[in-house]
Amino acid sequence: MKQNNLLADLLLTFMKIGLFTFGGGYVMIGFIEDICVNKKKWISHEEMADILVIAESTPGPMAINCATYVGFVQAGFVGSLMTTLGIVLPSFVIIYLISMVLDGFLEITLIAHAFQGIKIAVGVLIFDAALGMIKKMPKKPLMKGIMVCAFIAMMVINIFALRFSTIALMIIAAIVSLSVFIAKGAPDMKGDGKGAMKGGAAQ
Amino acid sequence: MIYWDLFVGFLQVGCFAFGGAYGAIPLIRDVVLSNGWLTDETLAYMIAVAESTPGPIMINLATYVGSSQAGIVGSILATLAVVLPSFIVIIVLTAALKTAMKNKYVQAVIRGMKPCIIGIVLATGVYMIGNNVLTSTVGTMLNVRALILTVLLLAITYGAKPILKKKPSPIILIVIAALLGVVVYGV
Repeated sequence: MKQNNLLADLLLTFMKIGLFTFGGGYVMIGFIEDICVNKKKWISHEEMADILVIAESTPGPMAINCATYVGFVQAGFVGSLMTTLGIVLPSFVIIYLISMVLDGFLEITLIAHAFQGIKIAVGVLIFDAALGMIKKMPKKPLMKGIMVCAFIAMMVINIFALRFSTIALMIIAAIVSLSVFIAKGAPDMKGDGKGAMKGGAAQ
Repeated sequence: MIYWDLFVGFLQVGCFAFGGAYGAIPLIRDVVLSNGWLTDETLAYMIAVAESTPGPIMINLATYVGSSQAGIVGSILATLAVVLPSFIVIIVLTAALKTAMKNKYVQAVIRGMKPCIIGIVLATGVYMIGNNVLTSTVGTMLNVRALILTVLLLAITYGAKPILKKKPSPIILIVIAALLGVVVYGV
């Protein structure tokens, strides 16, 4: 019975987090920390810090990493299912409903005009997110070089509508970085990893 | 088969989307354009919707693309696929991962992938802005209304910081853009 209460609490708490955080990313992390560390005491500050490092260095939404971890330490695999489901469910339901009405919605002239403006805002937002990431990126020559090459390659791919996947670009970048590292004799770089981990946080 | 394509497409996004939501956008764009699921235009609308609704942007986009292509089953599969890699990483590797992440070779790989995705995100933003400004209904030419909007929105994004001490949030920028769109395209 107590176990069921905890599972329900995990599910409902993360549904609340999923429902009330707009814009994802760090907004959500702040909310998770406030509830799971300060209020519910489900995980410690240190665990939260560790999980953020892992979340930033692994792909996928950071909020999912956090939710999965909290659920797992509190109630094992079932717990992690509850928290992950909880954080996904509100977005899922809302977007699913929107997806059913969006097309009809866009046929209204006023809305269509509004979305013309919004389309431009999205370009500006992505551009601004990239600038934010560049600011946080460690200023190492190789990293800067990879960034510039990736930028040029992606511009060429976009402009000429080439069929070259972005994932292939990332794998090439990984190989280049790893090769250079090995060519240098794979030196131990203390504290360097931390810089790389902080590298690519968005927003 | 559409279900399989959706699942594999978004699984790839979930596996390679370093750098948060904006890191995922170029990957999602790649998947939806190459499969012909959405146009650049619809994708931009959906990014705005995803920004303005609660929850992680990646999940919102996966749900939408899945639903628009293959209904409820499609949306469930796409959402599941985008979440799965993060979920598995934490479940399987919570103990081992901290050691693994400190491994210098793993670090070298991450040092390559992070700047790469930053370059990709930057190129996506620049291309989207350029594409808006240079395209109109009659082919490639300067779109004056889009140019006015772009300049205004850039001015608001970077001009607000010295005055208000912080940048406008994405939602506020989207609301302003919608209002400006009604004004600029309405006249």
